[in-house]
Amino acid sequence: MEENVLILGATSDMAVAIARQLAIEGYSITLAGRSTERLSVIEGDLRVRHQAMVSSVYFDALDFESHEQFYTNLSERPDIVICVFGFLGDQIEAQNNWAHCQQIINSNYTGAVSALNVIANDFERRKKGMIVGISSVAGERGRQSNYIYGSAKAGFTAYLSGLRNRLYHHGVHVLTVKPGFVKTKMIEDLNTPALLTTSPKIVGKKISRAIVKRKDTIYVLPIWSLIMLVIKTIPESIFKKLRL
Amino acid sequence: MKKLITNWNNYPIVEASEISFDYEKEIARKLAQASIAHGNGRCYGDASLSSDVVNTLRYDKILAFDEVNGAITCQSGVLLSDLLQVIVPRGWFLPVTPGTKFITVGGAVASDVHGKNHHVDGAFSRHIVSMSVLTGTGETYVCSSNSQPDLFWATCGGMGLTGIILDVKFRLKKINTAYIRQKQIKARNLDEVMNLFQENSDSTYSVAWIDCLQSGKHFGRSILILGEHATVDEVKVEKVLMPKEKALFTVPFYFPSFVLNGISVKIFNALYYAKNYRRAMDSVVHYDGFYYPLDSILSWNKIYGKKGFVQYQFVLPLEASKDGLIDILARIYRRGTGSFLAVLKLFGEQDNLISFPMRGYTLALDFPIRPGLFKFLDELDKIVADYGGRIYLSKDARMKNEIFWKTYPHAHEFKEILANYDPENRFVSRLSQRLTLKP
Repeated sequence: MEENVLILGATSDMAVAIARQLAIEGYSITLAGRSTERLSVIEGDLRVRHQAMVSSVYFDALDFESHEQFYTNLSERPDIVICVFGFLGDQIEAQNNWAHCQQIINSNYTGAVSALNVIANDFERRKKGMIVGISSVAGERGRQSNYIYGSAKAGFTAYLSGLRNRLYHHGVHVLTVKPGFVKTKMIEDLNTPALLTTSPKIVGKKISRAIVKRKDTIYVLPIWSLIMLVIKTIPESIFKKLRL
Repeated sequence: MKKLITNWNNYPIVEASEISFDYEKEIARKLAQASIAHGNGRCYGDASLSSDVVNTLRYDKILAFDEVNGAITCQSGVLLSDLLQVIVPRGWFLPVTPGTKFITVGGAVASDVHGKNHHVDGAFSRHIVSMSVLTGTGETYVCSSNSQPDLFWATCGGMGLTGIILDVKFRLKKINTAYIRQKQIKARNLDEVMNLFQENSDSTYSVAWIDCLQSGKHFGRSILILGEHATVDEVKVEKVLMPKEKALFTVPFYFPSFVLNGISVKIFNALYYAKNYRRAMDSVVHYDGFYYPLDSILSWNKIYGKKGFVQYQFVLPLEASKDGLIDILARIYRRGTGSFLAVLKLFGEQDNLISFPMRGYTLALDFPIRPGLFKFLDELDKIVADYGGRIYLSKDARMKNEIFWKTYPHAHEFKEILANYDPENRFVSRLSQRLTLKP
């Protein structure tokens, strides 16, 4: 039987592109998300395009209590879990409105931790599986323009690296993906530099390759590793004076 | 946030806010006061440009594929190139395709695109079963040639002015292989190529490349290309239904504008004509090279330089075609800036509300934008109009509005339907303003 991939937060552009790529590679796919109406359209698309085995299931990343039950109810244990959901939000709004701030933290960190805790325990018991987390370059250093989102992603990145360390000893692999700018709905209002911006399709391809190669951490565009290296090496005494 | 957007010919460039959607219920809420749908930006003009554009590329799900009867239902942002990947391996093909596969289904409807088989199969609109359109009143209608035909016919070739085309169901064409049995025939002049078109009117696909830089006895020398879908026996490969995706080459930067001049184009044309060393040549070729020769060179538009180019495509009624073509080609020859891919084609009958094709010859030419070009094209417009012809709106960035009103016989009716479905003018483009279709 083909391996099954569970995609958490499956309605985003990036999730759709990842699902399409993995369907091409022959995985069966379980789409999980909040809008079942949208999931069923994506499900149909994957069937027609790639003749893939697809199913979809309701999942709310912010309903932490439900995660255990959600996982137990799945008709098939996944071999790979890809945690794609996230929320950019608005930095200024988040500074002034706790509800918004909390939504950013919960969507990018708490929800992921809650869901992946359940899955990690199962994978550890079964001594197999792979967990892929879509984190962000924004998590590498806090900047005034988006440090609420950035800090939640930083937490997620640290969580994934800890998880990798723990599960390594049980034959379970963890992959951290830092996409950089991707032409998705998330950044449709931003004018991002063309050289640093990639497409969801490329992200899908890079992730599928990284899964095969069992990579630990990837930047989708290699140039980002250079940029982040520079950003990380700027001394804090100088960094704090910059407007980034 | 405003950004600069343009179409394939890099003219005009417009500052615009862009929104996108991947869910029908999302779009009505986000729509600006005056916007226009924008697909993959492959038209040559201002039909999909406005101060607010709705990018449809994320609305790209295939909803259903009836493999038995050959019909597909998809969202308007799906590219034809994506559809080919899905339908060709299962023995189906697009009923009509233009010269590039990198257009969206919504764009194919809005331009009512035609292909090399127009004389046999008509334009894209002939194959649409039904489609849904979010109109300016905020309501979404499902229309077809039977149900709300006014909306249907104002949307086919209507340049997006009735609203946002959402889901489209259309019929496909059965194929046995992904290959085309091609015949190329050299014609020494315009007379000869026009005769060849008439003689081969039962050929499924026909088109001619024409050299605009010849005079005298070689005036209008051409290569006529005919094609039929190949049978399994005619194809000497193992997998007969493989689509292709790989591009050969990407043009890395805008060429400086001096690269294209009378001499370089003349050399290109001479080589192109000479490559067919025999008068008639038969071969079996993959559909990708047959329909989409330029798609294998990504960003070929950059060859024309940063200032961009215009594609000038007109059609003349059959009875006026010969005189009209001689008149126009002679003027292009005298001006000396021929285009290095001029394409001639004989259309079949078509008389829709606002679609471009009509029975007669159509010629498409590329002109790099240079001083004096627009004045020259205005002259050509008048000649086209005098012969009873018209200009293709999908390739137009500069026609004067009086030419449009003179040459599209149902323009008034079209405008009335637009006013019904979009009373507040929520859908406007540079083109609709230029042609005074909307106030």
